[in-house]
Amino acid sequence: MSKFKKGGGKGMPAISTASLPDIVFMLLFFFMVTTVMRETTLKVTVTPPEATEVKKMEKKSLVSYIYIGSPTKSQQSQMNLSTKALVQLNDVIYKREEIIANSEIRKFIDSERRQKDESEIPYMTTSIKADQNVTMGIVTDVKTELRKADALKINYSTKKAKDAN
Amino acid sequence: MASKRRGLPEINAGSMADIAFLLLIFFLVTTTMDVDSGIARKLPPMPEENVEIPEIHKRNIFVVLINKNNKILAGIGSPTNVIEINGDGSISSLKDDVKTFITNNGGKPNSSDSPDKAVVSLQNQEGTSYKTYIQVQNELTKAYNELRNEKSNVDYGKDFNRLNNEEQKKIKDFYPMKVSEAETKAN
Repeated sequence: MSKFKKGGGKGMPAISTASLPDIVFMLLFFFMVTTVMRETTLKVTVTPPEATEVKKMEKKSLVSYIYIGSPTKSQQSQMNLSTKALVQLNDVIYKREEIIANSEIRKFIDSERRQKDESEIPYMTTSIKADQNVTMGIVTDVKTELRKADALKINYSTKKAKDAN
Repeated sequence: MASKRRGLPEINAGSMADIAFLLLIFFLVTTTMDVDSGIARKLPPMPEENVEIPEIHKRNIFVVLINKNNKILAGIGSPTNVIEINGDGSISSLKDDVKTFITNNGGKPNSSDSPDKAVVSLQNQEGTSYKTYIQVQNELTKAYNELRNEKSNVDYGKDFNRLNNEEQKKIKDFYPMKVSEAETKAN
């Protein structure tokens, strides 16, 4: 019985929580550093259409983005553009005719490929982020150029819609 | 002198953890890495010269035509039926038509021979809106996904996306997704 002491006495020494903030800060920095938000400033407005049968994109580092939409208000006034749909590759916007005439998509895909390891090239995907109001003419042009550049894996970027059923 | 004897009172660092946690949670919540999702497709390679285009029998082609006014025509062999888009954006009759076309297995003489031979041909025009195009692509994908799911439930008693890669491949081979897209026609 003497083994069970009443409370008081010496008691358990409190565990030092002084290092807890350090651990949490470490976690915090880990998250802050790893969430690299790769942002290209959008010069075209893109409201993706909705779809239900969507697939999540894997391996974000292997995805190159092509944006299609009408230029933003500020771009319109700055560069004297109409609301006609344009194609944005990296930070530059191109007219439909320029895409075809200068094979800009091919250059874009080639530069993306140069940044990657050779073994990764077959897994590269091109995500077409097109506004829901653009017409298929420009999208088809982009697709034809992609075919010429031999970038055949594509993904039509869509929002996930609630399933009707 | 007095302070030396008593010692500087230690600042309580117990709440430091709470502050750090608060920051951590703030970052975790606000960094919404917008998950990219979309409909995956594979483009056909550019045709090489002097390669003969294989002929496909009429009964094995399901033609979907979207015109510049976003009206849809569909049918086997040639687009004959007008397809209406429902208010909620679904085009259910199209999906069911595609499903019966694929699973015909040579039953009806004017429908596909086998799922393996069935081809969906999607044609659109210059002025077709991207939104309608995606809606149709979505319905076509849905038709295939539902067929694959039904098959996997019959064969393995599980949903398609719960199967392992090998089993998924078997079912994909049974219902290969063959959506052909012709060049956009002007007007």
